[in-house]
Amino acid sequence: MTDTMTAAPDLFSKFDALIEMRANLLSTGVTDPYGLVMEKVLSPTTAICNGRDTILLGTYNYMGMTFDPDVLAAGKAAFDAFGSGTTGSRCLNGTYSPHKDCEEALKEFYAMDHAMVFSTGYQANLGIISTIAGKGDYIVLDIDSHASIWDGCKMGDAEVVPFKHNDIEAMEKRLKRIPAGAGKLVILEGVYSMMGDIAPLKEMIRIAKENGAMVLVDEAHSMGFIGPNGRGVAEDQGVLDQVDFVIGTFSKSVGTVGGFCVSNHPKFEIMRLVCRPYVFTASLPPSVVATAATSIRKLMHGAEKRAHLWANSRTLHGGLKALGFQLGTETPQSAIIAVIMPDLERGAMMWEALLHEGLYVNLARPPATPANMTLLRCSLCAEHTAEQVQVILGMFERAGKKIGII
Amino acid sequence: MDRAATEAKIAALIAPFNKKGVVITDASTFAGDLEFDSLTVMDFVAAIEDDFDIIISMNQQAEIETYGQLVDAVVKLQG
Repeated sequence: MTDTMTAAPDLFSKFDALIEMRANLLSTGVTDPYGLVMEKVLSPTTAICNGRDTILLGTYNYMGMTFDPDVLAAGKAAFDAFGSGTTGSRCLNGTYSPHKDCEEALKEFYAMDHAMVFSTGYQANLGIISTIAGKGDYIVLDIDSHASIWDGCKMGDAEVVPFKHNDIEAMEKRLKRIPAGAGKLVILEGVYSMMGDIAPLKEMIRIAKENGAMVLVDEAHSMGFIGPNGRGVAEDQGVLDQVDFVIGTFSKSVGTVGGFCVSNHPKFEIMRLVCRPYVFTASLPPSVVATAATSIRKLMHGAEKRAHLWANSRTLHGGLKALGFQLGTETPQSAIIAVIMPDLERGAMMWEALLHEGLYVNLARPPATPANMTLLRCSLCAEHTAEQVQVILGMFERAGKKIGII
Repeated sequence: MDRAATEAKIAALIAPFNKKGVVITDASTFAGDLEFDSLTVMDFVAAIEDDFDIIISMNQQAEIETYGQLVDAVVKLQG
């Protein structure tokens, strides 16, 4: 080696800014918000974290199905009958009868013709979006879309055109500028998980259809409790029949892991052969799909739980507002309530103060958040009691005063 | 619209986003010289799209690093 040869750069130097930002934050002595370990999980709403009894308010376990006795029994039975895993792709040796039954449960739940189960919700978006929108097609999507939607766009060959969050007019203008003859896919979410706000799907889907677009709606954060049958925001706004593809997950209301797409498209089944994130990965363990199928069928009859979850959401939203916290939405629109922090440092301090009180929430920070905000994201569960919600409000009040946010 | 007229329109559109009053040339970069973050890029692109009635897709934006490249792209997109 001579001096004139330049050494190749360390491939990790691109992360230096983030490494420094993390080091600065942790040097203040604050607990690492991304290193929490739950030593024991006692119920859908409580766990022991760092030796402390903790109320869980950041799990997306909206319907509290993770310890449902019927769900656990179904999982155990499938585990014993079918073994620990499939070791194969859905297209080859990885489809067992519990996988088919799980897809039947989804078809019953949504009253749709086709259902396809993926190994995660991330892969469902990645797979469907990258496969159906190809070269020369246009994807029109909300700028605040989830990472899995953006990654699905990036993996495919379509032209990607974002519009300002929930801005109906901005969406319509972009749809109208797409060259004649191009295929169009509009991608929306029912609930946007950062701020907990919902989309004006009724208007947006009408405009998308008027402009000849197919519509995909991600209902990850609404399945199970929004809409008369828990089918999501599109059902609630009376436009589910206009949605071409619903994407969802088992890792929130359903209470396990996995993702899916349901559709009435007559040619939908071809997806099983052409969708690479479906084909080139192992299928879910049979115990997981058996728990999901049981949970989904129970969610069809969850009206009482839904009503209680809404009551919890209204109480927490109203209580936090009355305490003087700045919230992501004026009114409670979902089971997510985002508390806006003045900056990352005080956000991390508040997160830690809440943890010391015995409360776990999600700390969300840029670049995952809209408008570079730092958020404490609270997600409620139908199993939170009314008393727990009052305890939570007391914790927020003490922590907020200690950190000087209220 | 020729390049000069397009450039004049873009110069007017970029002014409210050029908060630091950077002197802009064709070589000015959006990420470096103008310090545009992703939110500013979105608002600025939307302003140009609406004014010229065009689409600048994310795929096309990825190829545009400098002011001069943007002007060239908008000239081309107007057909």
